[in-house]
Amino acid sequence: MSTQKSASAALQSIAVKVENSSGNVLPILHEVRHALARLLDGGDTCVIDLRAIPLAPGEEESILAALGKGEVSADFDALGRSEVRESAYGGCWVVTHYDEAGATKARFIEITTIPDILKSQSADIADGIERLAARLSVMT
Amino acid sequence: MTRDDARLIDYLRARGVSRRGFMKFCAATTSLMALPPSMIPRVAAALEQARRPSVIWLPFQECTGCTESITRAHGATIEQLVFEAISLDYQHTLQAAAGDAAEEAKHKAMKDNWGTYLLAVDGSIPLGNKGYSTIAGHSNLDILEEAAEGAAAIIAIGSCAAFGGIPKAAPNPTQAVSVSDIVKNKPIINVSGCPPIPVVITGVLAQVLTFGLEGVEVDHLGRPKAFFGQSIHDRCYRRPFYERGQFAETFDDEGAKAGWCLYKLGCKGPVTYNACATVKWNNGASFPIEAGHGCIGCSEPDFWDRGGFYDALSVTDWGGAKTVAAAAAAGVAVGAAAAALARSKQKKARVEDKA
Repeated sequence: MSTQKSASAALQSIAVKVENSSGNVLPILHEVRHALARLLDGGDTCVIDLRAIPLAPGEEESILAALGKGEVSADFDALGRSEVRESAYGGCWVVTHYDEAGATKARFIEITTIPDILKSQSADIADGIERLAARLSVMT
Repeated sequence: MTRDDARLIDYLRARGVSRRGFMKFCAATTSLMALPPSMIPRVAAALEQARRPSVIWLPFQECTGCTESITRAHGATIEQLVFEAISLDYQHTLQAAAGDAAEEAKHKAMKDNWGTYLLAVDGSIPLGNKGYSTIAGHSNLDILEEAAEGAAAIIAIGSCAAFGGIPKAAPNPTQAVSVSDIVKNKPIINVSGCPPIPVVITGVLAQVLTFGLEGVEVDHLGRPKAFFGQSIHDRCYRRPFYERGQFAETFDDEGAKAGWCLYKLGCKGPVTYNACATVKWNNGASFPIEAGHGCIGCSEPDFWDRGGFYDALSVTDWGGAKTVAAAAAAGVAVGAAAAALARSKQKKARVEDKA
């Protein structure tokens, strides 16, 4: 057992410094900049799927850190939690979808005035009218 | 492909999923299918009208790894919803029924959905002796031929069903073959991998649900291009090191610690087509190369018989001279040295073989 412990301690003492880069962080940030310009000039929206881009360990965190946090933050709970955060750059939003176990299922950078997923959906409005009507019928 | 008249969206609403939740489901499913976000509205429109197909899953000469892979879900994950969106009418590892009741359920599903059900198969089929692998006293071969007759299409899940797999490794004692070696008159979609990534399995099912069989574009091996259209090498984040000729020489040297390319440690990324580098494993946590181990090529035919997992491509039976030349061009001086060494080793191997 003492041999195992000393071997384990020896392994832990090895410094591991991973230096690698996919080269995709700066291009993505530049893409955001250009997309914001198109949004401002012509109202064109776009979505970048971060899961579709090969990123080295830590690079997704670098991108999110570079985008920072803005004034607006919204959460909703449908098939698990979802976060919608405006970045430090107006019009640039980070939308993260988690499942009910808390695992990240998708993460998008959305260039728009407000992500569509935050808007109330027509089918849900219609469903809400029915439920409210039913509730009102027993209140009077 | 219908079990009843219920649409997928009706099934989700019955489970209390709001329209917003459905749109989240569509966004995540679009990402899962490796489609651009601009396709989300089209995926939503297609899924709104999709009906739940009957799926009969037949496990043959397999290790159950593919079933384990698809069921690695905790709670109502997106993948689990896709899995539940189909009507899985028979899967004898997962279902509660057993014995005669299970077999009757299978035959009823086949009869009720004749010509429209999806047949999912994992495991290879032994031809050497029908008794090598049986279910309820029937050989895998007989079961496959019977079920294939009424199927709209077959999804061969895992490298065993797609290419024969580990059971087919030399000397192939059971004479294991793939589904496509037996079934010649039905569309077959090969979802290879040992096992396939869970989201790739459900992603293919989602593609079939969304676009139908005709909407799934496949490569020359019958694998969906959405997941198998690019090599691991093409999407690997360590590619810059390959281009610069920076290779780890051992698993504990400075190059390995710095995350350099694993080509010289046997990585088969350049000749392997799969989604590991982007979709990754364990809910996107990592994949073998990111964990420091080279790709073993598990989604390719005969990966088990083409040389050692820790031998560089240039000295294995994965591509011969073309692969050596590619390594030499990409790695400059280091690659040229590797190529020369490879040729020397290949020559030595041939001499040893003759001896």
